[in-house]
Amino acid sequence: MSSLKRKDLLDIQSLSLEEINLICKSARYFKDIFTRSVKSVPVLRGKTVCTLFYEPSTRTRISFELAAKRLSADMINVSVSTSSVVKGESLIDTVHTLEAMKADYIVMRHAASLAPHFLSKNIKASVINAGDGFHAHPTQALLDAYSILERKSSLEGLRIGIVGDIRHSRVARSDIEVFKKLGAKVVLCGPPTLVPDEFKIYGVDITYNLDEVLPDLDVINMLRIQKERQKGSLFPSLREYHRLFALTEDRMARCKPDVILMHPGPINRGIEVDNSVVESPNIIMNEQVTNGVAVRMAIFYLLAGGAPLEEMKEESAG
Amino acid sequence: MNIVIKNGRVIDPASATDAILDVLIRDDRIAEIDTNINYSDGEGVIDAGGCLVLPGLIDMHVHFREPGREDIETIIGGSRVAAKSGYTGVCTMPNTNPVIDNQALVRFIKLEAEKGPINVYPMATITKGSKGEEISEMGELIRAGAVAFTDDGQPVTSSVLMRRALEYSRMFDVPIVSHAEDLLLTDDGIMNEGVNSTLLGLKGIPKESEETMIARDVLLTRLTGGRLHVCHVSSGGSVDIIAAGKRKGVQVTCETAPHYFALTDDAVAEWMSMAKMKPPLRTEADRRAIIEGLRNGAIDVIATDHAPHSLNEKMQEMEYAPFGIVGLETAVPLIITILVRENNFSYLQAFEKVTLNPAKILKIDRGRIAKGAAADITIINPEAKVAITNSFMLSRCKNSPFIGRELCGKVEYTICGGNIVYSAK
Repeated sequence: MSSLKRKDLLDIQSLSLEEINLICKSARYFKDIFTRSVKSVPVLRGKTVCTLFYEPSTRTRISFELAAKRLSADMINVSVSTSSVVKGESLIDTVHTLEAMKADYIVMRHAASLAPHFLSKNIKASVINAGDGFHAHPTQALLDAYSILERKSSLEGLRIGIVGDIRHSRVARSDIEVFKKLGAKVVLCGPPTLVPDEFKIYGVDITYNLDEVLPDLDVINMLRIQKERQKGSLFPSLREYHRLFALTEDRMARCKPDVILMHPGPINRGIEVDNSVVESPNIIMNEQVTNGVAVRMAIFYLLAGGAPLEEMKEESAG
Repeated sequence: MNIVIKNGRVIDPASATDAILDVLIRDDRIAEIDTNINYSDGEGVIDAGGCLVLPGLIDMHVHFREPGREDIETIIGGSRVAAKSGYTGVCTMPNTNPVIDNQALVRFIKLEAEKGPINVYPMATITKGSKGEEISEMGELIRAGAVAFTDDGQPVTSSVLMRRALEYSRMFDVPIVSHAEDLLLTDDGIMNEGVNSTLLGLKGIPKESEETMIARDVLLTRLTGGRLHVCHVSSGGSVDIIAAGKRKGVQVTCETAPHYFALTDDAVAEWMSMAKMKPPLRTEADRRAIIEGLRNGAIDVIATDHAPHSLNEKMQEMEYAPFGIVGLETAVPLIITILVRENNFSYLQAFEKVTLNPAKILKIDRGRIAKGAAADITIINPEAKVAITNSFMLSRCKNSPFIGRELCGKVEYTICGGNIVYSAK
């Protein structure tokens, strides 16, 4: 298999293990390409990629944009504030307009869960989910898996902790799915208001005591805590949250020496992760950002039908 | 013209009749029920061999959107959909725009309905403007033709107001019809809270949002001696609470809708907004409990909560789409397919929920096949397959998660007041 035999990339659930491995393998080639001096290849020349963001985002949108440009695609950015969306145009009509302009790929971020799934059933263009509601953020999960694979040869048997607001996190859901598919053991940690029992359906462990699991973890993914959750009484104060669940210097000292610390960004320094920990060599936030571009290049490339990678490397070298 | 219905299997829950009989209709009344009524001049003959001959079906929960959203459905249009679906009587919900909280509006609905094929029994609001602040003029509204009171679409949040409504309505002996929901617990949820909402990342509505409110209303009914009817029961816990109330002698009845015994929240991933309604589709355990509640009598009525919406409104992100699905056209096929065929309900057991029981709750003299009774009759071929397609749906709005299914149970004739108002031929 050298391409993804699918129109859309909507979630991890619908990806096979083979497809996940293919994306990670291809991402390695693209990382080589865009970390050298001539950074682009003509894989998507003449194709149009449209990012359609119904929710503010900087890093994900820029990452997709950079990935598309490195592949020589034409780019359009549509964000809610500048489009007719503010005039009350429906999602379907907005996207039909983009399709009429012959956009080949729609990269969509939306606050409503399943919005990209709904869209994909009703349009011909490829839809790539850049995050929908609390539901899925497949490209983030794939870049997380890829980033771990750069440091460990495999995820098989690794113990991965995901800490924080699991309930409202699309990153957590997609991470759990990709980590489980790759054979890792996943433990979720946070207060019961943010880690509902229903998550056990994924075959994960749940703990409310971070200190209890800390020494066993090979990877810790600290999720961003949304300050507004406090208003819904999901936790009483940031101070208490920090005391119970933040990655502090003390806790850091009790982790495995080669523990991998991840964060999907943007980070709340001093809330979920202490300042001193952010500077630790174990934290791979910046690698995650770099790898995000490589993984997204791989996804575009594979959705476009792929091509022998060796051939492409030669062409780009020329 | 008179009509004789020959060779049909007459199902009359009121008299527990289940037998092959002929039925003679003279003008707007049933004149005779007997084996082999002789044909005589001036009578139309319907051969109902192989078919069920039922009292005209009654749906005590429909939304016909008029006044206010005539672009979606009207009283006459909705009545035609009902006739095609085997119904000779419906209760329209008052959450229109404006809401039905005064006599003129009740009379408007009655007047519009006279132009349509079937009987319409309007419900009016419990509270003025459905605002939950002051009770409506119940006496005046009943005089104009209202049969019951409900703020359906939203709960009566104030417990003391609900108490007063149950107390005041006692002198008219009419049901207070409760849309039971704790909006604070619902908390902007859009589907059942559970494994599926977790997997899909959609905000959940716990079944406790419904159950706590039903418990409150049952207790207030015990306190006041009023008469409570609970709308669209969806969870096993709700069935238990209502059954417990009945055992204690509280005057409580309830209804469920076909989608709650036909579907679970597994349907949401595929159907999205077409499977979005309030209360939401629950789990398989709840679906089983609804079926058992129908079987043992804890649930009295099947009502459709027929809720047409424009496709524009439904064809958007699930979170933004309105709650509700159409239910009239699929009700008979679902009752026959799910209850009779899959769960071995007798026809008497299944169809008392759409004939005798709603008539008793509403205190309307319908829902029976008896000499002298109103000639409202529905004839159904229970073996005939029906393909649920867009063209099968007569509603302008085809927001149904059953499209694409093949079910059993075809409405052949609907006769209302002695007139054939629908014929499949």
